[in-house]
Amino acid sequence: MKKEDVPQDESSLSKANLREVVYAVDKDGNYGKALSSGWDAKTIALNESLQLIDEQVAETIQKIKEGILSPIAYYMEIQRMDVVVLSGYVGLWQWRVKRHLKAKVFKKLSKKIVNKYAEAFEISVSELKNPKI
Amino acid sequence: MKINFEHNQSAHCENGVVSNLLNYNGLKISEPMVFGIASGVFFIYIPFVKVNHAPMFSFRPVPGFIFSRVSKRLGFKVKRHKFKSKQKAKDILDNELAKNNPVGLQVGVYNLTYFPDEYRFHFNAHNLVVYGKEGDDYLISDPVMPTITTLTSKELEKVRFAKGPFAPNGHIYYPTELPDTVQLKKAITKGIKQAYRHMLAPMPIVGYRGIQYVAKQIRKWPDKIGVKKTNHYLGQLVRMQEEIGTGGGGFRFIFAAFLQEASVIMDNSRLAELSIEMTAIGDQWRDFAIDASRLYKNRSKETDAYNKIADKLDAIALAERAFFLELKKSIK
Repeated sequence: MKKEDVPQDESSLSKANLREVVYAVDKDGNYGKALSSGWDAKTIALNESLQLIDEQVAETIQKIKEGILSPIAYYMEIQRMDVVVLSGYVGLWQWRVKRHLKAKVFKKLSKKIVNKYAEAFEISVSELKNPKI
Repeated sequence: MKINFEHNQSAHCENGVVSNLLNYNGLKISEPMVFGIASGVFFIYIPFVKVNHAPMFSFRPVPGFIFSRVSKRLGFKVKRHKFKSKQKAKDILDNELAKNNPVGLQVGVYNLTYFPDEYRFHFNAHNLVVYGKEGDDYLISDPVMPTITTLTSKELEKVRFAKGPFAPNGHIYYPTELPDTVQLKKAITKGIKQAYRHMLAPMPIVGYRGIQYVAKQIRKWPDKIGVKKTNHYLGQLVRMQEEIGTGGGGFRFIFAAFLQEASVIMDNSRLAELSIEMTAIGDQWRDFAIDASRLYKNRSKETDAYNKIADKLDAIALAERAFFLELKKSIK
């Protein structure tokens, strides 16, 4: 990549007044650091991934309302976690976390386990049980 | 308490931490040189490990390898600790700072308050340097940030004990016993040798074969898992390739910069020529990213479009194969 080709597109970095380092060659072919404010190609990739999360959250909200999924699924997704990450934060096996995503199982959970989830999401137990969705 | 630490913004966090820590300890070494000596150029595709609901692609070795390889090849030692106890992790950190010793930390990105929200994912292999403490604030030199910043002790504890894949467990590291003279030539040779060995490795998910494997999958994905998921997987690949830290083109440009620097030190003009070739390969990766982004922007349904970008990836794989075979010849 040539220094003059280093993209300076608008991105979440430039909005936060940040720029990132890339490596590029100058006119004499010498390598050096150059700053880039963003690049549309990767902004699109990033947005796609964020959009996917939004779509999944909408789907999950629907399923919670239908009484299929538990609020844990909602909080997990808005905090960009998956079962692997969440199981790390609550300190439970993944298969248990997966079960707790079901509304039926969630209703029967002990206080202790519910507390663990509330702590992991940094919310109160009542917020966990009654999500504003 | 504040150590006189020089912050240099770098492309990649781990290279940057190593380079900045070594500079502090009197060993002047650039980011590309760190990257090259550590054989940082790499590719691996791990279909069975899922990150953000997509398979894992990586353009670099496992976190931590860069520092340990550089230390082995330049002949200094690295002290490392991981912790179960948060209190102990804090005590050891404070201890080192009290000894005027800036340290590297492995942290999770999600709770780094100074990152833009869009970049806060549960990615746990980020690296930064702590070089002091003022009141309850730790002074942070995060190599990907333009300037130094701070985190409160609570914020720092949170990122040091992030959970999920590659959980850092408070991982702290710093160089010890730096030698008076380093054998740069020998280290560069070793770095290059391991780089081509890995990129040419006879394993289907590693090196140029790994790239070919991904290309093959891209042809199958639209039918097998649907267009939407395919696009998400491609997005993940592009993000791994270009997101903060790679210096562009999946580290290929940093590697080219290393080859250029190495050609002078080694007095080997062939390496300078290969640097130009690596730049061209980096440009091919950039092209691939542009095409992939168009694909998921337009939500194209035709599978032909996927075959086309798979072709591009195949071409990159062959170019890298040829490149690393040449690199092998150039260093004897």
